[in-house]
Amino acid sequence: MNTGNLIVTPSPHITGKRSTKGVMLGVIIALIPAAVAGCIIFGWRAALVLIVTIVSAVIFEALWNIIIKRKQTVGDVSAVLTGLLLGMNLSSTVPLYIPVIGAFAAIVIVKQLFGGLGQNFANPAISARIILAVCFAAQMGSFAEPVVNFLKFDAVTAPTPLVAGYLIDGTDKILPFTFSDMLLGTTGGSIGETCALALIIGAVGLMIFKIITPTIPISYIGTVFVLTLIYTGSIDESIYYTLAGGLLLGAFFMATDYTTSPLTERGKLIFGIGCGLITFVIRFFTKMPEGVSFSILLMNLLTPLIDDIILTHPLGAKPKEVSK
Amino acid sequence: MKNLGGVKLPHNKNTANSETVDFGLPKTIVIPMAQAMGAVPNLFLKRDDKVLKGQIIGNADAFMSAPIHSPVSGDVIDISDYLNPNGSHCKAVTIRPDGLQTLFETVKPPEITDKKSFILAVRDSGLTGLGGAAFPTHVKFSYDETKTPIDTLIINGAECEPYITADNRCFLEDTDDIIDGIKLCMKYLNIKRCIISIEDNKAEAIALMREKTADMKAVEVKVLPSLYPQGAEKVIIYKSTGRIVMEGELPANAGVLVLNVSTVSFISKYCKTGIPLTSKRLTLDGSAIKKNRGNYNVLIGTPISELLEFGGAEDVKTILYGGPMMGVPLYSPEQPVLKSTNAILAFDTDISDSKNTGGVSACIRCGSCTRACPLNLLPMRFETAYKTKDAKMLKKLKLSLCMNCGCCSFACPAHRPLAEINQLAKDFLRNAKI
Ligand code: SF4
Ligand code: SF4
Repeated sequence: MNTGNLIVTPSPHITGKRSTKGVMLGVIIALIPAAVAGCIIFGWRAALVLIVTIVSAVIFEALWNIIIKRKQTVGDVSAVLTGLLLGMNLSSTVPLYIPVIGAFAAIVIVKQLFGGLGQNFANPAISARIILAVCFAAQMGSFAEPVVNFLKFDAVTAPTPLVAGYLIDGTDKILPFTFSDMLLGTTGGSIGETCALALIIGAVGLMIFKIITPTIPISYIGTVFVLTLIYTGSIDESIYYTLAGGLLLGAFFMATDYTTSPLTERGKLIFGIGCGLITFVIRFFTKMPEGVSFSILLMNLLTPLIDDIILTHPLGAKPKEVSK
Repeated sequence: MKNLGGVKLPHNKNTANSETVDFGLPKTIVIPMAQAMGAVPNLFLKRDDKVLKGQIIGNADAFMSAPIHSPVSGDVIDISDYLNPNGSHCKAVTIRPDGLQTLFETVKPPEITDKKSFILAVRDSGLTGLGGAAFPTHVKFSYDETKTPIDTLIINGAECEPYITADNRCFLEDTDDIIDGIKLCMKYLNIKRCIISIEDNKAEAIALMREKTADMKAVEVKVLPSLYPQGAEKVIIYKSTGRIVMEGELPANAGVLVLNVSTVSFISKYCKTGIPLTSKRLTLDGSAIKKNRGNYNVLIGTPISELLEFGGAEDVKTILYGGPMMGVPLYSPEQPVLKSTNAILAFDTDISDSKNTGGVSACIRCGSCTRACPLNLLPMRFETAYKTKDAKMLKKLKLSLCMNCGCCSFACPAHRPLAEINQLAKDFLRNAKI
């Protein structure tokens, strides 16, 4: 019997099957329906933008690790996810240097300079989108007309649901897009945000596989819906505003980013409500049409504070302990 | 009732149907003195002494301690220093059995008339919790009725660790002893109600216990979901009664007493025969055990190497006392079966190899660890607070509540060694003295 070199390690001796890479892959897979929908809706140019963003994100991550001589982390596919998310936040019409600059900002400035995976305080894809929107306002703000044909690409600009004005029919105000347009995504917008149906399918998958909990999406979307309902008094409009713009993409896939959202469920609830409130205020009371990115970024900044204040209630902890 | 987290584990209850067989006499017996919580017994033997089965060979004056008895009759061939898995040292005696198993003269059924004599008898039996924690049982029984009256006895039959089926066999084979043991405890400790809690993967045991307790009004069989760590004391108390054991308090403060099913069954056997705790039912399993996987009644002190040989083990990488979640790894196959041993699992692969499961990465703050924690603690924050030596934060996060169940480590996709860090952090906090 060979019993030389018995392994003596602390318990537990077994671990679950889930890995960091698996979780990242899960989110990537959940994004694929919306990404594919975007490529069909806006044509091959959209696919090109996504590919350039992903490839440059991976290259920047690899180069960074090489330059600072750290263990290569490309294998955890988190850079692929960041690249994909950033790409889905861009218009299919952007010149190709924009995704490259965006990937640099996301990976090098926002993620790695703040310590890498799990350490950055702001969501890389969102911060990069905001940086790009400030630096390249014109290119970032024009969106292609949906062509619904992968082989085509139309540079004719189209309005997004949030900037299109109401159609006036006599005295009735009619919403500029139908709900089926909004669900299928045949409206102007960035590559990954328009097809609500695909986003919802992906998000439900994430929740079924317990990669995310529903707390943030439900509180975020719910807050926007309720506030819009109170403000406009119209169910139709509230649904419209819920489906419009980057809300679903943001609420399901970016506000739920582990690193930049609170750890506890109660913290997540506050985070989601905060995002919803800020999005609502920006959409209705500022000159900017869309507030999803800014609201998530602002709440990202509040996350350390929320985590400091909101702890869990451990089973058996005495509620008010007089500290000595 | 709150959902307490926990993790779903592969059950691997391969030996659930294998009846307990006597393992027989080993060539030598090695008995370390430190086998239970509390004061370490002083060894009464020296080299070349003769001992008889059931003779007390080690004891301490302290109440919080349990005596140790010789499982065999034979000769003392060595007294040595023994390294306990926790790093401390104690004395160990090696006995060569003479094969006669002559009983020591004082071995006879105890006379029990009241609570006091019951508790004394339990101390004399050498009994310590047989579920794995090795807490002297008589100490559990000596609570102050005026301060912490106990109204509920919980029989822990969860057996939530993978592989282990010894308690399952106890239910099926020692049914009457279990019932008698429950009656004894309820009578002498004056406890009104008893709940037998069993995980739902032991259908046969549940049915049998229901049948046997059908006419006992005070006894209830409670079926718990198979979710690790259902058998952890705080968890089983909450799941069985809805009561919460508060920070720094004992189950008695919540009015409950938890006994492992093998523990109650032993109490009744001891009261009938007077034979002290000298053997254990244990499960022999794991990938390195190529034949004879099953449940055995093994003399305490039997070297594990004899069990491995019997199991046809060739290449062994890991040997565990107990299950894969909380089991203690052996550093040598010459370590013996202890009072608390309920399984010997041997593996021919590195079961803890995290490379198989995707390697270790930085914490991604996914929150899986806190969702898995039955006590709703924040394991990832323990890690950061420990690294920054933030004793105040560790206290605020209620580190002291952590029961080292390992759910957090199991659930973490980044494979952070969270449970291990919690233990280190507890050491740190003990020394930090704030
Ligand atoms: S489970 Fe692991 S990766 Fe997730 S928050 Fe906890 S420590 Fe971090
Ligand atoms: S080891 Fe401690 S922190 Fe981890 S899950 Fe168990 S009780 Fe919670």
